[in-house]
Amino acid sequence: MAATEKEIVDGLAEIVNEIAGIPVEDVQLDKSFTDDLDVDSLSMVEVVVAAEERFDVKIPDDDVKNLKTVGDATKYILEHQG
Amino acid sequence: MNSTNRTVVVTGIGATTPLGGDAASTWEGLLAGRSGISLIEEDWAAELPVRIAGRIAVEPTETIPRPQARKLDRSAQFALVAADEAWKDAGFTAKAGEDTAVDPDRLGAVIASGIGGVTTLLDQYDVLKEKGVRRVSPHTVPMLMPNSPAANVGITLNARAGVHTPVSACASGAEAIGYAIEMIRTGRADIVVAGGTEAAIHPLPIAAFGNMMAMSKNNDDPQGASRPYDRDRNGFVLGEGAGVVVLESEEHAKARGARIYAEAVGQGISADAHHITQPEPSGNGIAAALQHLVDNTGLKPAEIVHINAHATSTPQGDVGEIKALRQAFGDDVDHMAIASTKSMTGHLLGGAGGVETVATVLALYHRMAPPTINVENLDPEVDADIIRGEPRPLPEGTIAALNDSFGFGGHNVVLAFRTV
Repeated sequence: MAATEKEIVDGLAEIVNEIAGIPVEDVQLDKSFTDDLDVDSLSMVEVVVAAEERFDVKIPDDDVKNLKTVGDATKYILEHQG
Repeated sequence: MNSTNRTVVVTGIGATTPLGGDAASTWEGLLAGRSGISLIEEDWAAELPVRIAGRIAVEPTETIPRPQARKLDRSAQFALVAADEAWKDAGFTAKAGEDTAVDPDRLGAVIASGIGGVTTLLDQYDVLKEKGVRRVSPHTVPMLMPNSPAANVGITLNARAGVHTPVSACASGAEAIGYAIEMIRTGRADIVVAGGTEAAIHPLPIAAFGNMMAMSKNNDDPQGASRPYDRDRNGFVLGEGAGVVVLESEEHAKARGARIYAEAVGQGISADAHHITQPEPSGNGIAAALQHLVDNTGLKPAEIVHINAHATSTPQGDVGEIKALRQAFGDDVDHMAIASTKSMTGHLLGGAGGVETVATVLALYHRMAPPTINVENLDPEVDADIIRGEPRPLPEGTIAALNDSFGFGGHNVVLAFRTV
């Protein structure tokens, strides 16, 4: 069953918390991974791989650079999840 | 800045070892003659011929936040813990620049490791095989590269005068400190944070060292297994940890009113050019390093009252070092009280020179040298004054001490320190 927007944001929040130590409540749609959530380019790869597993989605490397905010990632997952 | 022969002093110390999570607890353990060796309890050790090691006493993740720790190999974690302690011990309150007593452009970092991020490399290879390419951590390369501990310490402290990683197996930590002394002596930096780290307690390194017949297999008596100079010694015991010192030009240290532990007199270096793992049997190579130390620094053998020996508890190596000391220093060896602290910490490979420099400096500062433990029957070939059982008070007046470190490949590094 496809995840809802809220489930995706909550899932990304748990992933970002695990990888960058940011409190889950700080992970909001408008937050930038690099500027707000302490996720550097290497850690972003970890976020993407974890999100792929969790939401049954493939995020090609070329698309990762477009995922600047939690909202970008959430929208991408909503549209591409299996 | 134009001076090319400046005096270098030690103003900070830090360590995390099998005996304690900091320099003070490590020192206390060394004076008490406590062994940091124990049985490896993990399942992976069950099939190994060697099942003993000197595990770190305090896990670095107790102080390094998890998001940072998961991007650092264990060897870099140890280095950061020891460097942070040494930095604060030297009296600094923040990284260079923020603490205005330190100019970032005049601060260096030289942290060595013998093997680098070997557990990261092997763990990620397991991930590759078991979970596939996509799951290999993107942090793998910056975690496993041998300069990672130095680079992370340099970034943390804002060291911009140069960050270096000499690699010379078990001489690496000492070579790092020697390199740092030269950076200050020749005017390239005012302060250098220097030392060694190692985290190699993993089945592959243990299997490999074990197959070289280099390690003790006394699994039934972990605390008695590392027994340098004892007649029945049968190889080294692997330890893990890091030791770091803050080195500073005397001028800079005095100008800011820093506590000075000791003068870092300098180093002697040579290479055996003999065999990739066997020590040169005559001791000529080590004796050449000792002679280089004397020629290089002007230190007189008569000043040397204590040696923190390399002695790893191997049959050949322990005796070869003593022979080389006799060859270089003759009867002066009689007044040198010799200890192998590896009898308590195990052999920290690239971390050894760092931790043993901390021990050497503290021995001078407190005028008390730690003992060698487990010497039940002194090998009759060991023709020197080995400190056994109790720590040994060192004489008053100006005295010097050496830290010997030798590495596979025939690297010989001797560091000298003197009271101030």
